[in-house]
Amino acid sequence: MSTEQTRKLVVLAAIWIILISAPYWMVPLGGYTALATRVLVLGLAAMSLNFLLGFTGVLSFGHAAYFGLGAYGAGLTLKYLAASTPLALIAGIMLAGICGALLGMLIVRRRGVYFAMVTIAFGQVFYYIAFQWSSLTGGDDGLRGFSRQPLDFGAFKFDILSNEKNFYFFVLFCFALALGIMGFILRSPFGRTMIAIRENERRARFLGIPVERHIWIAFTLSCFFMGFAGALYALVNNFADPRGLHYSQSGDFVMMAVMGGMRNFWGPLLGAAVFVVLQDYLSSVTVNWMSFVGLLFVLVVLFFPRGLLGFLQRSKA
Amino acid sequence: MSEPSNVLEIQNVTKRFGNLVAVRDVSLNVAKGEMVAIIGPNGAGKTTFFNLISGFFPPTSGAIRFDGRDITKLATHQRVARGMARTFQITEIFPELTVFENVRIAAEVAGGYRLRPWINRAEAAKVHQRVEETLKLVSLETKTDRLVGELAHGDQRAAEIAMALALQPHLLLLDEPTAGMGDQETYQITQLIRRLHRESSYTIVLIEHDMRVVFHLADRICVLDQGRMLAQGTPKEIADNETVQAAYLGTAA
Repeated sequence: MSTEQTRKLVVLAAIWIILISAPYWMVPLGGYTALATRVLVLGLAAMSLNFLLGFTGVLSFGHAAYFGLGAYGAGLTLKYLAASTPLALIAGIMLAGICGALLGMLIVRRRGVYFAMVTIAFGQVFYYIAFQWSSLTGGDDGLRGFSRQPLDFGAFKFDILSNEKNFYFFVLFCFALALGIMGFILRSPFGRTMIAIRENERRARFLGIPVERHIWIAFTLSCFFMGFAGALYALVNNFADPRGLHYSQSGDFVMMAVMGGMRNFWGPLLGAAVFVVLQDYLSSVTVNWMSFVGLLFVLVVLFFPRGLLGFLQRSKA
Repeated sequence: MSEPSNVLEIQNVTKRFGNLVAVRDVSLNVAKGEMVAIIGPNGAGKTTFFNLISGFFPPTSGAIRFDGRDITKLATHQRVARGMARTFQITEIFPELTVFENVRIAAEVAGGYRLRPWINRAEAAKVHQRVEETLKLVSLETKTDRLVGELAHGDQRAAEIAMALALQPHLLLLDEPTAGMGDQETYQITQLIRRLHRESSYTIVLIEHDMRVVFHLADRICVLDQGRMLAQGTPKEIADNETVQAAYLGTAA
């Protein structure tokens, strides 16, 4: 038991060292800092989805909507309300979380395919709103004309706008904060009821867990995290894209989670890293980059049903 | 039997599924500390009856009172919160979690922590103790770290009963606890149920096919046939009942 715990600590330390040092080894390896930032942000999104998919056992195929809402919430705040990065983040998180909470009430009564279908439908509603409401959202062109603002701590300013490394560390800080909360919840009595629902919904119900209410809470929390990721993504690009709400984007998140390993807390981050790096590399070689990512996805699902991380763990054990 | 001493009072419940009447006008009172067995041929409506008691679906008509209060319209989790726990004919467990983790979820719900995003040391210690006591009661204390899905069938049944017990119920509903078991396992589970009844004085309603078990354990037996209550009484009364013999026992006993 204690060797198991030491092993876990070592792995955890390794993950954080890799993440903290990323800007220093990414560039010599032919990458660039912004690529690492995108891995973090999309990784957070995939992990937020997996909070629901991997730990509550319900598949949302419309989570890009809350990602996009986070992005538009942040972008609109910066553009029209206040030139403040923290405020923009909070606005994005709240917009996504509140919309998730409201729609979640309608969604959580469904299960399986029907759950997925309803999440797609509601997701597409937001996509079309962003697409059509050009005067506010910029329509098909996306929301432009805003940029992330330096963090003002009074005594000094932390420039995250022009300094890519600073921005990476800021995103890493946000990422760590979100993951800390997520991990904390998963280790709590509430988190264990989520796992109970994933493992056996009927048993959970007959242990006195109001399953729909617990799924709704998990769904809402997952939307808040998703909004956080989306808000950060708007800051990465200084741009919010309506395609960020589209269900194909939701599919990408599901792909990242499943490819990385949805039964593992860190799996979706690995999935996101593989996805983002492959996309970055392959899209400079061929316009058909998605075929290769898709092929990899099919191979992983066929041969490593527990995802890349699940496979790595199994072969070590 | 005076009114308040009844844990469960079922009055004229009927359940229809379209044209099929699965349970027809059945009444049953269960006194505190009593063990009632429900028997009957396949398709007699035993499990449907259990599902009505535990709130899996509502009855078409009739009323169910639990600890003196009407629960006819309550959802399953609300009935559990009031002290009702059940097991299933086909074991319902969390196969990929350990024995300890399975029972801990039940103990945490019973402790009122299910919505809590944290748990402090004192509370966790209390839960821990509750889990260990329960596992001892069902003789699983040496298998706490095993995955439930990897246990033998009999141990899985015991784990399911442990989860029900960790809820600290006033009423325990056991749906065919010895289903699919060999003689040895049947004996062990029977001993466990006897202990729960005699020593821990649980109020128990169970569905059972194994007549040795039923006549051995129960204070009272109810015979269901085609959704109707054919007879109820002490094991001796049921064994001597001619209608029951003709309809059911004649072939089994």
